[in-house]
Amino acid sequence: MTALVIAEHDNNELKVSTQNTISAASKLDGDIHVLVAGSECNSVAEEAASCEGVTKVLYVDSNEYENFLAENIANLIKNVSDDYSSILAPATTNGKNYMPRVAALLDVAQISDISSVESEDTFQRPIYAGNCIATVQSSDSKKVITVRTTAFDAAAKGSNSAEILKLEEVNDAGISEFIKEELAKSDRPELTAAEVVISGGRGMQNGDNFTLLEGIADKLGAAIGASRAAVDSGFVPNDYQVGQTGKIVAPNLYIAVGISGAIQHLAGMKDSKVIVAINKDEDAPIFQVADYGLVADLFTALPEMESKI
Amino acid sequence: MKILVPIKRVVDYNVKVRPKADESGVDLNNVKMAINPFCEIAVEEAVRLKEAGSATEIIAVTVGAENAQEQLRTALALGADRAILVETDLEVEPLGISKVLKAIVEKESPNLIVMGKQAIDGDNNQTGQMLAALMNYPQATFASELKIEGEKAVVTREVDGGLQTISINLPAVVTSDLRLNEPRYASLPNIMKAKQKPLEIIKSDDLGVDLNPRISTLKVSPPPEREAGIIVESVDQLVEKLKNEAKVIS
Repeated sequence: MTALVIAEHDNNELKVSTQNTISAASKLDGDIHVLVAGSECNSVAEEAASCEGVTKVLYVDSNEYENFLAENIANLIKNVSDDYSSILAPATTNGKNYMPRVAALLDVAQISDISSVESEDTFQRPIYAGNCIATVQSSDSKKVITVRTTAFDAAAKGSNSAEILKLEEVNDAGISEFIKEELAKSDRPELTAAEVVISGGRGMQNGDNFTLLEGIADKLGAAIGASRAAVDSGFVPNDYQVGQTGKIVAPNLYIAVGISGAIQHLAGMKDSKVIVAINKDEDAPIFQVADYGLVADLFTALPEMESKI
Repeated sequence: MKILVPIKRVVDYNVKVRPKADESGVDLNNVKMAINPFCEIAVEEAVRLKEAGSATEIIAVTVGAENAQEQLRTALALGADRAILVETDLEVEPLGISKVLKAIVEKESPNLIVMGKQAIDGDNNQTGQMLAALMNYPQATFASELKIEGEKAVVTREVDGGLQTISINLPAVVTSDLRLNEPRYASLPNIMKAKQKPLEIIKSDDLGVDLNPRISTLKVSPPPEREAGIIVESVDQLVEKLKNEAKVIS
């Protein structure tokens, strides 16, 4: 019984979501191997080998994996999958992209976005925007799983030195091609891994007003998020979106500003430890999930809050 | 160019569903059903490609019970030319659905398949990628922009860090994200016209596809309840509570 975890990284650094996934894999009995596929990513393989619980790292270094094109990565995972009883990836946009392709190539059902491991074959996962939690049992001999990273603590890094096995596996499917990437540059913590998140909604009125959140974010070391309404209105880019189909966050403190609280947004943040809502509409549904609600005009409340924290 | 748009009938996105009292499943009695929002975006994208002269025919397809015809009629009212219902009373998993869709793709030979990135009931986010795998087609998931350039599609994708643009050979599978477009409302004349458009019904058994479930749902329970919070009177009180009661800021 060995689990294979697919590493999430950017060819320079291992992403914390990999450690969350290793932690989920550790709930299954057996060894844990990690697949690091990328281009010139030796340091990532070493980071993966240092994660607690990992017994081996499969390291594949080749150009065609540089941008994680699903066609190439899925073929690679299928080719190395024989010895594994389960294959797990974080439910990031990368994991969500290539894992169902892997599952179909192996003719197994995928169990998406698990939030708990009940046994070797039984898992919990949220459905209907988290309004229900399904306990599901898989009858496939090989399990293909994506992991809701906020539901599992990150496995410690730095304490281990697992064997690194370099594989020569070339899989250029030749049917897709990377053109470019426009990635947000930010000194703030990653939204999905931040201890504090402050998010703005339609009530922010425009993108410039997000600077009101930045002052508070700077003081709290927070990441900035947004509701779908704010992204659709063009206030902020898509990678800010928290919700059912955006990013799932569960920080110690989530501050929702000018967000009404549609179920699709709540699905992305209601596992936060402490929720604060600031909204001038006292009937906004966000107050039903907030630990602390402040009925106020955000344009006066935010500057005041910034000066007092 | 022929476009296939697989769609799904789901609970309307405004409905807050609850588990049944005995936790045997989701309580769907008398709830409003609708076309999955991401599927609606996929239909709209196909219609825009046709309006722009890139596509000649749009076929909507779904796998489900007889009443899923309602959502196919919605797709027809939005601009699809014809529809196919693969009828089954089983609750089919994404893997099974993608096998059915493979059979339809082999029959219809579309150049492009556009579909929603996920259905808002099961939140699986699998079917498009699985269909692409089974056909050995490239995939462009979570699309926010789609351009046809000869024998290729250039797709901008919403990814965790921002946006990624890839080029894929046709035929291919593209799955829609929220910002691909804003779907139109079906006009009354188009709703009337949709009733006359062809809707073919195929029994799933006739396709010879294995639809047996691989996953069984043992129970469906409510999520952990959050305890009711308080309304604070001022920013001062809020900051004080966060420091001294919740201890989440210092």
